[in-house]
Amino acid sequence: MSEPLLELDRVELRYGPVPAVRDLSFAVGKGEIVGLIGPNGAGKSTTLHGVMAVLPLHAGTIRFDGASLRGFPPERVASAGIALVPEGRRIFGGFTVDENLRLGLAARRQGDAAGAIREVFELFPILEEYRERPAGALSGGQQQQLAIGRALVAAPRLLLLDEPSLGLAPTVVDAVFAALAAIRERGLTVLLVEQRAHRTVAFADRTYVLANGELRATLTPADAENTEKLLSAYLR
Amino acid sequence: MIVATLDAQTLVDAVGLGAIYALMAVGIGLVFGVLRLVNFAYGQLVMAGAYTLAFTADWPAVASIAACFAVVITLSLVLERSVFRPLRTQSPAVMLVTTFAVAFLLQSVALVIDVRDGTIGEPAGSIGGLNRAVSVLGVDVRRVTIVAVVVAVIALGLLALLLARTTIGLHMRAAATDFRTARLLGVRADRVIGFAVVLSGVLAAIVAVILTVQSPLVAPDFALKETIVVLVGVVVGGIDRLWTATLGGFAIGFTSGVINGVLPTDKTVFLPSAVFALVILVLLLRPAGLFGRAPAAERV
Repeated sequence: MSEPLLELDRVELRYGPVPAVRDLSFAVGKGEIVGLIGPNGAGKSTTLHGVMAVLPLHAGTIRFDGASLRGFPPERVASAGIALVPEGRRIFGGFTVDENLRLGLAARRQGDAAGAIREVFELFPILEEYRERPAGALSGGQQQQLAIGRALVAAPRLLLLDEPSLGLAPTVVDAVFAALAAIRERGLTVLLVEQRAHRTVAFADRTYVLANGELRATLTPADAENTEKLLSAYLR
Repeated sequence: MIVATLDAQTLVDAVGLGAIYALMAVGIGLVFGVLRLVNFAYGQLVMAGAYTLAFTADWPAVASIAACFAVVITLSLVLERSVFRPLRTQSPAVMLVTTFAVAFLLQSVALVIDVRDGTIGEPAGSIGGLNRAVSVLGVDVRRVTIVAVVVAVIALGLLALLLARTTIGLHMRAAATDFRTARLLGVRADRVIGFAVVLSGVLAAIVAVILTVQSPLVAPDFALKETIVVLVGVVVGGIDRLWTATLGGFAIGFTSGVINGVLPTDKTVFLPSAVFALVILVLLLRPAGLFGRAPAAERV
């Protein structure tokens, strides 16, 4: 693994008194794509919420580029260089595509904002065509492209993706993974939460398996063909 | 006959009242948008501005108005920093009750300050000349009514431009739509809330200036009745969106003005009953608000 960019060390996250993630430790190296898979309720999205400080850290440490994120509000985590593409996309449907992208600039510290939006249009040309349309009028796949583009304009060093293929038609899922491949080419570090286990294991440099809020296994692309067998063994 | 008494004079006065209520509705709606806080204490901000105008009545009008703006904006920020910000993650019920407490605290403080001279009520007359009427197409219109309408149009127009064309406006709209996602994108919560509170304070100060021209005697319950009516109007219009809240504020002000105008003088005591009966009817028929809408379906 390359030098770690994100490190979780014995992290515990709770919803009220109920622990959702326990004693979770893993790292994401610079330039890596790391997957996080597991059944519903395993704690995958909760882990991302913990990193983004939407959920307070109950115990443990989360470090980004060596510095603790403890006590940061979500907007400061975003400004530090972590962007989240949330589950369900959560685009602003009543705003135009252009306005949604400009919102993504809020976390950008400096640099060429117009250039960042141009780069997103190169990756997702349909967004440029529809830039003045209300985002709510886009198809589900186009909205997912917008959610990813909105995260990219912030020029993050780490991109968190929470089930980007959820609720999309199979052909659209292919397009989303093609976009992720293009993002990988740019050398961006990615932590990908997905339900599509086989596809994630094959795509990511390394995939962590979560169940009941705990880390159960680490898989590599070599395990892709046997993903289902391995999962049933680990999650038994 | 109602139709016979619904004349141009009544309509002009009703538009003037609607304009003032619309300004108050925007002030309340701006803060609700970013804090999900129904600020019952908004009327006390107006009251504080009115007292400032009264206590500085012998100053030049510009200086008196500037002092009014300074006091209201400062008080808004102090309340936000000391009360609303620490409580902003609490339930709406806790925040609403807190605003009740703040409202009555400010009213009590005003009473203590006011009675020092042995009487309740202070006259504010810094721009009293606006009370004179001018004749427009045969209709007597008080200058303050014209000022209220013009100021409301300009203030709302500038606000619309700010929200539509500036980065802080975009961030405020995003925060009002989905605060959590806005923060995840890097929108700074404290900055957006602070800005909304300042804008809300500016509008409260404008309302204080206009209302003190219309009702120059300032007492601790100054603007209280108006705030209650506007809060009702905001809910009737649809509190979830700024423009529907504004329309609701205008609508209830205009309707009150019209009903007040058409009721015979000895029957104006029935005005609140008529207005609030209408409010209940509207909410029974359209619980999401007069201008509310159903949420959009998810796209796949």
